[in-house]
Amino acid sequence: MNEPLRLELRTSPHVVKDNSVERIMFHVVLALLPIAAFSVWQYGLSALALLVTVTGTCLLTERLFNRLGGTASTLSDWSATITGLLLALTLPPAFPLWMGAVAGFTAIALGKALFGGIGFNVLNPALVGRAFVQAAFPVAITTWIPAFSAQRFSEFAPTTFTLPFMTPPDIGDWARAAVDGFTGATPLARWKFENVLAAPGDFLSGAVTASAGETSAILILLCGLYLAVRRFLDWRIPVAVLGSAALTAWVFQMIDPARYPDPLFVLLSGGLMIGAVFMATDMATSPVTPKGVWLYGALIGVVTVMIRYFGGLTEGVMYAILIGNALAPLIDQVTQPRVFGAAKGKKA
Amino acid sequence: MILPLAQHIGKPAVPLVRAGEEVLRGQPIARADGFLSVPIHAPADGVIEAIELKPSARGPMVESIVLRVYEASTQELRWAEPRDLAALEPKELIQAIQDTGMVGLGGATFPSHAKLSVPGEFPIHTLIVNGCECEPYLTCDHKLMLEHPDDLMVGTRLAMRAIGARRAIIGVEDNKLDAVESIRRHLPADGSISVEAVQTKYPQGAEKMLIKSLLGVEVPPGKLPMHVGVVVNNVGTLAQLGQILPAGQGLTERVVTVTGPGIKKPGDYWVPIGTPMRTVLEWAGAPDVSEREIILGGPMMGQAVASLDVPVTKGVSGILVFDKPHMDDGAERKSYPCIKCGECVNVCPMGLNPSMMGMLAARREYDAMGEHYHLGDCFECGCCTYVCPSHIPLVQQFRVAKGILREKAQ
Repeated sequence: MNEPLRLELRTSPHVVKDNSVERIMFHVVLALLPIAAFSVWQYGLSALALLVTVTGTCLLTERLFNRLGGTASTLSDWSATITGLLLALTLPPAFPLWMGAVAGFTAIALGKALFGGIGFNVLNPALVGRAFVQAAFPVAITTWIPAFSAQRFSEFAPTTFTLPFMTPPDIGDWARAAVDGFTGATPLARWKFENVLAAPGDFLSGAVTASAGETSAILILLCGLYLAVRRFLDWRIPVAVLGSAALTAWVFQMIDPARYPDPLFVLLSGGLMIGAVFMATDMATSPVTPKGVWLYGALIGVVTVMIRYFGGLTEGVMYAILIGNALAPLIDQVTQPRVFGAAKGKKA
Repeated sequence: MILPLAQHIGKPAVPLVRAGEEVLRGQPIARADGFLSVPIHAPADGVIEAIELKPSARGPMVESIVLRVYEASTQELRWAEPRDLAALEPKELIQAIQDTGMVGLGGATFPSHAKLSVPGEFPIHTLIVNGCECEPYLTCDHKLMLEHPDDLMVGTRLAMRAIGARRAIIGVEDNKLDAVESIRRHLPADGSISVEAVQTKYPQGAEKMLIKSLLGVEVPPGKLPMHVGVVVNNVGTLAQLGQILPAGQGLTERVVTVTGPGIKKPGDYWVPIGTPMRTVLEWAGAPDVSEREIILGGPMMGQAVASLDVPVTKGVSGILVFDKPHMDDGAERKSYPCIKCGECVNVCPMGLNPSMMGMLAARREYDAMGEHYHLGDCFECGCCTYVCPSHIPLVQQFRVAKGILREKAQ
């Protein structure tokens, strides 16, 4: 008798699409890199140091929890890298590095690892980290530096190397010395408190004061488009978020044009663009049903505008997305797809 | 040759022969046991060696008739009772169909006569002839439509008579327009049979999908096509019925697509039912299949076999031999938790939520899957598993869940 025959046995389907979680996440990282590069070009060394620190902390924290949980390393799925990059891009470029590390640790530890890691988190980890430091360091997170200052590649902002648990120095004089007439307020704050509107052109060129990743609307849209075309991102979410935000803003402007800004300002200012394209689209924390996806996006858009107009904060994207994340499972429940053949509008 | 007694859905056939008996090609060797059952005919001249347990595609040993074929056995059919079908009432026609041992050749193996026996309260207006290949890789139906459109017409007319349908639509995927042409040339002048091209898209060959594509009607969950006045039959089934029913023969052979990277002479072969896999593969130029995967049926829903002694049965539409790199390499492919990307929800042809069901299955909440998420409507097309970036074996989880719910119900 010759050697026993070896046959492969598997359950169907025997062919599968060449896709994987790593691949999706890797491409999101790729799409974030141009935005990160742009922010370094705008803000120089401080922004670079912040990106490296926050992303590094996220990766270390992920590894730490792998070890505590006795599981294999999950760094290779790139998701912690995404969290780190996104988080860094939503912080002020001169944010003290140690606070950035706190944000990174919180993002992964509280936002992800506690829930059981990738896929199980309820809230977007990057936003959990940001919400934590926003509450913990309210001054630092609203301290902005000017873009395109002449010395940005030769010196760090004075706040970057603040010692842990020390109050960061006031940078008003330093910033005004760097760029004449610098006010230190974001366009949203200037609109809210001074009723001054920034020109759309300033947003597109990045010549405004904001978090590192908030200032490059076109670049964000292009990177998002790449992901959507390659099907690594659900295009319906950004469309729903931006559409509903614009529509809400338009309605308010109709009511009182003197008080409320035009929809374009609402779309371009603050973190709405990066939030809609890269944060609201986080797969684990967004709904899965087709109707649910639209509802979720629309909700985020409306809540963002409401917070901006009627809340105490100047920016509402972060909380809007967190609220959307929290509601996603519920949205899924009430928007189950219609089963083939079932009567329309009736639960089968 | 090995002929399992249960090659169809329903009760296994009852052997009519004993070990040592000589049989002629075409002779019935097992009879139908009741209505939902069909007879089996000898695929060749030979002597019955035994009636014993033999390996089956699904794994377990099944009662089978083992036939030793005489060297001198020819293709000649030596057992047939031609009948005058024109004189038959629909009831008698259905009996005649049962006598052929015909089952759904697309792979479902539901007895054809039972499918064509529609209770009176459901008037059937349309017979749909399914000319969509069930799955990628398979070409057996395409070949039949190209080469035997005449038989297909005969079979279609017989089926229309049996169910009382006044029209028939042959639905063919639009990547097989040559088959549409070939059929069109044979259409009857009275216009009762038409042929239509539909989008080529898996799983177009699924009954409910094809009905939707052709008539725009959705069959409600838990209902059958006859509830919307339609009966669907596979082209292969009707083409062969058109050939053997008037001749009064039994089903002794079928077209099988033999292909895949491991096959030297891929093609569609007429294979006598009962031929062991080993013989077919030798013929098709795949003498060495070790370390490969052999799949009965198509790549999406087919069954991998564990033994080359498994025979070609009535429901085997294809034999695929895949090399290792061609397969999903389950061992190397890392499985992740569901990241809720929603791809499976987007692709599910039945409008189910595989993501949610997968999570429920992981927690063994099978009842919830059945009650709230319509597990029963899943026909295991495999699309969700195909697209899943986390490589979760969703279909397999659903099969297990269905099995557990079935056991609970008993």
